[in-house]
Amino acid sequence: MIGQAISRVDGPFKVTGQATYAHEHWEAGQPLYGFILGATIGRGRITLIDASRAEHSPGVRKVMTYRNAPAQGAPDESIPSLYWRAQPVLTNPEIRHYGEPVALVVAGTFEQARAAASLIDIEYAVEPGNYDFATRQDQSYVPKVVNGRMEAETSVGDFDSGFNSAAVKVDQRYTTPYQFSHPMEPNACLAVPRGDDLILYVSAQIVDSARASVANTLRIDPERILVVTPYVGGGFGSKLGIHSETILAALAARQLNEPVKVVLTRQQIFHLMGLRPTTSQRVRLGAGKDGRLVAIAHEVNMYTSPHEEYAEQTAATTRALYAAPNRWTSHRLTPLDLPRGEDVRAPGEAPGLLAVESAMDELAYALAMDPIELRIRNEPKVHPETGIPFSDRRLVECMREGARRFGWDQRPAQPASLRKGRWLVGYGMAAAIRMHFQGPAKARVRMCPDGTAVVQSDMTDIGGGTYTILAQVAAERLGLPIDRVRVEIGRSDFPVSWGSGGSWGAANSSTAVYRACEALREKLLASARDKSEALSEIVARNHPEGLEAEGEIVSMEKDPNYRAYSLNTYGAHFAEVGVDVDTAEIRLRRMLGVFAAGRFLNPKTARSQLIGGMTFGVSYALHEQAVVDTRSGAFVNRDLAEYLVPVHADIPELDAVLLDGFDDKANVLGVKGIGELGVCGSAAAVTNAVFNATGVRVRDFPITLEKVLPGLPLMEA
Amino acid sequence: MQLVDVDIAKHTIELKVNGRPSNLVLDPRTSLLDALREHLHLTGTKKGCDHGQCGACTVLLNGRRINSCLTLAVMHEGDEIVTVEGLGSPQALHPLQAAFVERDGFQCGYCTSGQICSAVGMLAEVKAGWPSHVTADVASQQIELTAEEIRERMSGNICRCAAYPNIVAAIRDVAEGARR
Amino acid sequence: MRPFIYERATDARAAIAAMSTAGAKFISGGTNLLDLMKLEIEQPTHLVDISRLAFKDIEELPDGGLRIGAQASNSDTAADRRVRTRYPLLSQALVAGASGQLRNKASVGGNLLQRTRCPYFYDTASACNKRNPGSGCSAIGGLNRSHAILGGSDACIATHPSDMAVAMTVLDAQIELLGANQAARRVAIADFYRLPGDTPHIETVLGPNEMITGVVLPPPPPGRQVYRKVRDRASYAFALVSVAAIVATDGGTITSARVGFGGVAPKPWRSVEAEAALMGRPATMATYRDAAEAAMTHAIGRGQNDFKIELAKRTLCRTLAQVAQVG
Repeated sequence: MIGQAISRVDGPFKVTGQATYAHEHWEAGQPLYGFILGATIGRGRITLIDASRAEHSPGVRKVMTYRNAPAQGAPDESIPSLYWRAQPVLTNPEIRHYGEPVALVVAGTFEQARAAASLIDIEYAVEPGNYDFATRQDQSYVPKVVNGRMEAETSVGDFDSGFNSAAVKVDQRYTTPYQFSHPMEPNACLAVPRGDDLILYVSAQIVDSARASVANTLRIDPERILVVTPYVGGGFGSKLGIHSETILAALAARQLNEPVKVVLTRQQIFHLMGLRPTTSQRVRLGAGKDGRLVAIAHEVNMYTSPHEEYAEQTAATTRALYAAPNRWTSHRLTPLDLPRGEDVRAPGEAPGLLAVESAMDELAYALAMDPIELRIRNEPKVHPETGIPFSDRRLVECMREGARRFGWDQRPAQPASLRKGRWLVGYGMAAAIRMHFQGPAKARVRMCPDGTAVVQSDMTDIGGGTYTILAQVAAERLGLPIDRVRVEIGRSDFPVSWGSGGSWGAANSSTAVYRACEALREKLLASARDKSEALSEIVARNHPEGLEAEGEIVSMEKDPNYRAYSLNTYGAHFAEVGVDVDTAEIRLRRMLGVFAAGRFLNPKTARSQLIGGMTFGVSYALHEQAVVDTRSGAFVNRDLAEYLVPVHADIPELDAVLLDGFDDKANVLGVKGIGELGVCGSAAAVTNAVFNATGVRVRDFPITLEKVLPGLPLMEA
Repeated sequence: MQLVDVDIAKHTIELKVNGRPSNLVLDPRTSLLDALREHLHLTGTKKGCDHGQCGACTVLLNGRRINSCLTLAVMHEGDEIVTVEGLGSPQALHPLQAAFVERDGFQCGYCTSGQICSAVGMLAEVKAGWPSHVTADVASQQIELTAEEIRERMSGNICRCAAYPNIVAAIRDVAEGARR
Repeated sequence: MRPFIYERATDARAAIAAMSTAGAKFISGGTNLLDLMKLEIEQPTHLVDISRLAFKDIEELPDGGLRIGAQASNSDTAADRRVRTRYPLLSQALVAGASGQLRNKASVGGNLLQRTRCPYFYDTASACNKRNPGSGCSAIGGLNRSHAILGGSDACIATHPSDMAVAMTVLDAQIELLGANQAARRVAIADFYRLPGDTPHIETVLGPNEMITGVVLPPPPPGRQVYRKVRDRASYAFALVSVAAIVATDGGTITSARVGFGGVAPKPWRSVEAEAALMGRPATMATYRDAAEAAMTHAIGRGQNDFKIELAKRTLCRTLAQVAQVG
């Protein structure tokens, strides 16, 4: 059962519209509707706020501003992850970034609340803000640690002398834009008061962080909050924590003692969600004529909110990727008066590998060497910084298998040498690597006398396939057909997990379910008549009320394997692009990824997740960027007509091949995560293909056509 | 008259959704999408952007696919509206719904209703011989339903999980099955 | 969205009469108007629903032309057999725009009246002379990658977003208008749109109570027709540059030429300069280059959109080479 490509068990509900997302629960009856009003300045303070017109507008039940919002808890920086901290809103007249909530209007209908929000009269004292990353980088500083509590700077050997002595050098700067996760389901919360308790139907990747963050903000016992999130319409990082929509819904529901629903508009998401920092990255590669690296440096500068630091671990991936005796990685942060940075799918790897894997392509070109051969020559035997062994490193195998399947030998050796009609055609590849994380998770499995089993955890399914893989694990270990296993997740009264995010969800929760099943088996087999007796028969005979057991996985800090080994997932991307020889329009023609990530619990859902990740990379290479107006601090292109993500027509033939395996250092099931792996390096493969097609190397992302156009040949007859 | 200070007249309308008429008393500002979700509790139709830029709210209006977020409910008295709930149920899936499950044409599921309703409308448009941006000769009345045609015609439905190749495969399965 | 009174018009006369209320606006497909109303960029106090009026038909005209009812959907127009065979660039332009869902709802009349996609027009907190006359233009000195290189002013550099209207411009379409007291008139599409000058909020010559009832296409001019749209995404994106071209040749010499641009100006842009540079000249790349230079003589970039000048030239050259293929 484990490892079979079965269709999603929740599929029939999703395709018929029966799966209920956060703002679609009606069991609490008719809610009130809350609408957030955002600040229209980037920095300053409110000098006047008059809600009387809004308060007298039809249907309005409450207008909450900093003048009447309840007191709230402050963020406690001793809590390691910002997603668990308090997130107070409407606490004072200060405006720290554009779009920051200045009021919540609650009314009987959505239409009434939205209209009344614009009747609030506000005056501001505007203060000059810093919004321009390009001109503020001299104000940067080195953070204590970066995301994942990794070191901000690392050094091995003597980079400078190694680089200076190298026969062939690449020294380039790459810039990447602000980006948002933009799951299709907007961030939303329906808050239902039950006496002093609260039920929160919320769109969340991690139930525990949602509950903790609300409890810390409202300063109430977490046990009095029930978080419910059976279906989540995508997250990609933006729902690792809750945001103002949930806090404001909860505050209003408690004040009015009625259910209140708050859903962000797509435009609001651009200022009320965390964003991936813009970066400027310098990559230096020094190699011998044989292609062997003698020095590698990756220096990253990115923006941070001055109020809540976020440092994407952009250079961290470079630490484990290629061998070189002299190495340096560093991160610096440039404070800007913008919304805070947060994790967006493949934090660190997405921008970091885009830079480094572009640079490797530049080095291969400088050496006139095949890009795969260059990478193979720099394949490390042990972790190049720490010297510890890798577990299950299969990068070379991914590249070779991909090259064979893709027809890499057909790659034009010279850039701008292959024409197909009006298209300049090029091939590009890039390597993928991502550190595998493990976090604490628990699950409960109950066998019932009717021969069914129930799996319970506060784990979420954001599209990764949790319902299906947990059912597969339980069905296999309990000897049941899969339709006899019911998976119940996404509730805070179930055993706590680390949720979905960081590619850890599947490995954590499937291991916890596996162990719960093993514990249950042990209990049951003790009273078996003989070895052949089915578990369901034992339950029916000895446990008429059913029997349950819990299973658990510990954090990576407590697992010695994660100190003794470097655990990563691997892949290789191959892209073929066409660039219109007249207009420089860039279109993906086909793409293939080959991935090794231990054992694949379900190849069907795993492949889907990987092709989805690859598509994010295509988007990062060619489309996505949030543009800040450096005069106001506002994200200007704030809708899905202007912030472009790929549509069907942008994604032709695209496939992912899974190299199945088993990483015995990772966990008992040999499973590692794949949620981000597809993103890692895929943008670089597309970028390198654009270079191969045109001879134009673009280092300022995304690669929009005006960056390629000047390098195209003159119009011909 | 200063309209912002008065409660506007509500309209009593009969909306026919999935073959069933319902009487609704609505603020005229109510979009068809919000009427379905917030008044009829038919939450299968999704709100992704509320501005016609994502396609999650796609429904069939008199057999044609439209964005239900960009029309007012009061404009649709007497129209036949079909939502994803009207196509099939978990126990009796529409062929496209079954193909989406089989081909894994979704992950989070939030754009899925829109993709499926859009595909139903799109296949009818192809059957009627409508051209698309990738149709080589717009004068030709016979449309060959290639993968390229499907991708172009489905481009009004964004899937951020990017199940695009699987969605195209599911639609092809159904289109080819229908031809056989 | 501000409150409004909704009224469904039973006939054109009643609809036009209803427009005498201050703040009244017609609604048809609604795909642009409701988008703008949700953001309070448009704030009508009275909506007159004309979507069910009898202006949906596409009819043959005695002179060989075609009359398209203003309430015909973009889809029905693109799929009409006569449009597809005699005015293929109109079909091409329509199916290059928006999405299948939007085209099913959007009307031909509404498409002509689409408002700009300038992000500052869409942001009620920003200065915008089109939305709030006299407040200034945020796009000048701001995000202006998608903005106009032709026909703009210091007050406004927003582009007109329609593909359909560009095709109609080179087809010399006439727009039929109906006003109070049944006063009907026809306006050539070239005269229908106004350049921004100091009054970018006034976009057309449409009178306050006038309704678009239809579009008359004269018989198609000789030659082949092509609409070419250049955009960031492969689909479902507004044009960076588009070109509509109709060119006839005889023995390698251009005997008739019509050229229009989209995505480069505050209105669908007919380039008489390019047409003049093509007429009577050999159908060669040298001629096309001259036409492209002529078309862009007065083009002004604002920084981020500078590339559009070269892009427009190249797109025109390629489209002309395609459309003027001999044989």
